[in-house]
Amino acid sequence: MERMTIPDLSRRSVLFGTGALVMAFTMRPALAQTTQAPGDETQNFQAVEQPAPDLPGSLKTNPNLESWIRIEASGHATIFTGKAELGQGIKTALLQIAAEELKIPFEGLSLIGPDTVLSPNEGYTAGSHSIQDSGTAIRHAAAQARDILIGEAARRLSLPVEQLRAEKGTVLGPAGQKLGYGELVSDHLIEGRAQPVSKLTPAGDFVEMGTPRHRIDIPGKVTGGAAYIQDMRPDGMLHGRIVRPPSPAARLQSVDLSGVETMPGVVKVVRDGSFLGVLAEKEWQAIKAMRALSAAAQWSEQASLPEINDLPKALMAIPAEDGVVVDKQVPVAVTRTQEATFTRPYQIHGSIGPSCGLAHLVDGLTTVWTHTQGVYPDQKAIAQMLGVPIEQVRCIHVEGSGCYGHNGADDAAADAALLAQAMPGRPVKVQWMREQEHAWEPFSPGMVTKVRAGLDDKGNILDWNYELWSNSHNSRPGTAGALLPAQHMAKAFPPDVPKLQITPEGNGDRNSNPLYAFPSRHVIWHFLTEAPIRVSALRGLGAYMNVFSIENFMDDLAVQAKADPVEYRLRHLQDQRAKDVVSRAAEMFGWKAGQAAPEGHGYGFAFARYKNLAAYCAVALEVKVEPETGRVRLIRASSAVDAGEVVNPNGVANQVQGGIIQAASWTLYEGLTFDRTRITSVDWSTYPIMRFDALPEAIDVDIIPRHGTPFLGAGECSQGPGGAAVANAITHAIGRRVYDLPLTRERVRDAAQKRV
Amino acid sequence: MVALTVNGQSHQVDVDPDTPLLYVLRDELKLNAAKYGCGLGQCGACTVMIDGEAVFSCVTPIVVLEGRNITTVEGLGTIEAPGPMQQAFIEEQAAQCGYCIPGMMMRAQVLLQRDPAASDEEIRAHMEPNLCRCGTHMRIVAAIKRAGKLMQTASVDTAKRTG
Repeated sequence: MERMTIPDLSRRSVLFGTGALVMAFTMRPALAQTTQAPGDETQNFQAVEQPAPDLPGSLKTNPNLESWIRIEASGHATIFTGKAELGQGIKTALLQIAAEELKIPFEGLSLIGPDTVLSPNEGYTAGSHSIQDSGTAIRHAAAQARDILIGEAARRLSLPVEQLRAEKGTVLGPAGQKLGYGELVSDHLIEGRAQPVSKLTPAGDFVEMGTPRHRIDIPGKVTGGAAYIQDMRPDGMLHGRIVRPPSPAARLQSVDLSGVETMPGVVKVVRDGSFLGVLAEKEWQAIKAMRALSAAAQWSEQASLPEINDLPKALMAIPAEDGVVVDKQVPVAVTRTQEATFTRPYQIHGSIGPSCGLAHLVDGLTTVWTHTQGVYPDQKAIAQMLGVPIEQVRCIHVEGSGCYGHNGADDAAADAALLAQAMPGRPVKVQWMREQEHAWEPFSPGMVTKVRAGLDDKGNILDWNYELWSNSHNSRPGTAGALLPAQHMAKAFPPDVPKLQITPEGNGDRNSNPLYAFPSRHVIWHFLTEAPIRVSALRGLGAYMNVFSIENFMDDLAVQAKADPVEYRLRHLQDQRAKDVVSRAAEMFGWKAGQAAPEGHGYGFAFARYKNLAAYCAVALEVKVEPETGRVRLIRASSAVDAGEVVNPNGVANQVQGGIIQAASWTLYEGLTFDRTRITSVDWSTYPIMRFDALPEAIDVDIIPRHGTPFLGAGECSQGPGGAAVANAITHAIGRRVYDLPLTRERVRDAAQKRV
Repeated sequence: MVALTVNGQSHQVDVDPDTPLLYVLRDELKLNAAKYGCGLGQCGACTVMIDGEAVFSCVTPIVVLEGRNITTVEGLGTIEAPGPMQQAFIEEQAAQCGYCIPGMMMRAQVLLQRDPAASDEEIRAHMEPNLCRCGTHMRIVAAIKRAGKLMQTASVDTAKRTG
């Protein structure tokens, strides 16, 4: 467990502390050039310069070995990462990689997570990039550090390096010579720019990577350890609460502070424009003061929200800029066409623990503890909000509840930073309330997709035409304008205006270009330039809706072609790894062409390769539908995954299984509700999600081994196929498809009873 | 002053009597396990066991709790010597972010104390009030089943030792 007291983690005390042989830490290397390599995730590397584009993984942005690894005189090694633990098990997997390549026992390693003073800048922890970027960098840095240590041993022993090998933190010689890493390491030894090529351990020699390992964070989490930012309570801490406006466009007209300021425990009420907060000695006092303050506030409200009763129409009426995702149209002999339109409402991240931030202003330095996915971008945005130089803000990642993308974390960090300015010297913790998280987190955008396929006489797809309507799925900081309190301050920062960008990894258009080998295709993103509702990144960005649309429509086309859905997919796939996951999932499930399901049951199948660049995932799934009520219960699911080289198979299985359940929840239950002025889905009764009663009996996950191949991010790979497989199974059960998400009981019942 | 018995220990706490138990556990007694999730009794992240019943600590004022036995995850074991429920969750790796897990464990504890051999269906029905957003449900059910087995083994062992 990480220590959760407020540590005096100045660079000096850590790096020049007792007994450790340490290397100077280069935080911001001189920037020779800035490029963006193909396959980079735009939301990750926003404003992260790449001084070394020739190096693998995040060595591109942080090329020096000492940014990643420090070996002490004791032989203990510390690994530094800019990627955050979000519940995906990244801490454990990164340490497995380091242990493998350094040849140090897993227990001899520790990890420093994202921190604007201590860790490399890896932008955001997003897009299933942590193993690909940070894991790759750590793997190469560790291999090169091991090589340097072997070289040092060779020098001391006057032996050629070929005669030496590393094992368990020791370099071993042919005559039984032994030199521990702690003995070998010296100032400046493991330092400087990494080489482009490393002597990586061959997959056949792995002892750590590829082996299921228990996560290091779970024992603390199940025994009451201080595991989350919510569990931090430094001495002298004040509890902060924010009074948010009643609606997105509301502004504070007046507030009578007198009654609140004299309430028990209240230390301060802070008002800055429409930003209103209170600080109290005890948490319950802060909550009661927040409620009193809310009752004392007068707001002006405006009807700024779209008409929910015809949301697709409202979305399609927003001004759009068109981005061509792919335009490879060739003449084809189409005999008929088929089309469909799919819609999705706004959805929420819905973290179980509402967002939280902790800030402490001491001697002009504001230290912010935050569960953000990006400490460096937040540092910049918060400094701008506070009007201070960037050096006067330090952001340190501490785990929060699972976020699944850009939730309220960054805003809560900014709330705490702002309130801390009012009480220098006292740590301030801001905990959002449930209704604040539901109403104020940046939502996942509503979307509309339209697909038209040109077919030959056998029903094979010759031409594919796909359009999607969506806002940008990324409004992360950015500038201070991306932070909620900064938007509400008297000197308000305007929100950043997202720009249309067509990138290999995609945004709203992620996975809009199917991996299937259609001869002719045209895919366009109608990029909505105005956002009537604040939106940003939710797990998978546009991939969930695009895969949902593609895979639902593939089933429609298979039915028209009188083909089995699995066979129909296979006949349109050329990528062998794609075919392998499809075949494997079908085999695991016991899929048989034309097989009838029991009464009321249905089988569904779906596939995607996440971003067309990361992990491959296929899902076969059985549901049971009550036609009288429309109630859907998942019965069982089988999923095959190809994530390239896998570090912790247990972690990948956990992510894939969780992704299927989360996507099933989005698919069956979830949609933001609002009237023209206010968000009305403000708790778990007005925004229901998956519960235990709808769960399947089993979700089997099989990972296809691909040793010696690059890591392929797996954290989001099952969202698209999981949701689409649920919909296809329902359609198989009731004989009709529902094209509008979520597939609520009412919609499924009406479809089952042929009312629509 | 209100007198509370938490994990077998007596505490005198000096807070407003309407304070929900959750804030007393977390802020006064510095116990981390019970979590704030909604403050509305809707998600179960704050679940604790009171006299053998699962209770939402976020909506239970301490004034009604004098003389009652409150158990939190901290009362089930320690990181050095985890109890059966904790051991089972570790062995099944039944967590992603883990934020909902302590509440899950306490609700499950209530069931297994009554019936350590509870079936899958009974476990699911019993766990209905608690929400998980990461989708760890399958492993949570598996961990609860495993915890039941560990408890049964432990009670057999105890019976052997004492018998």
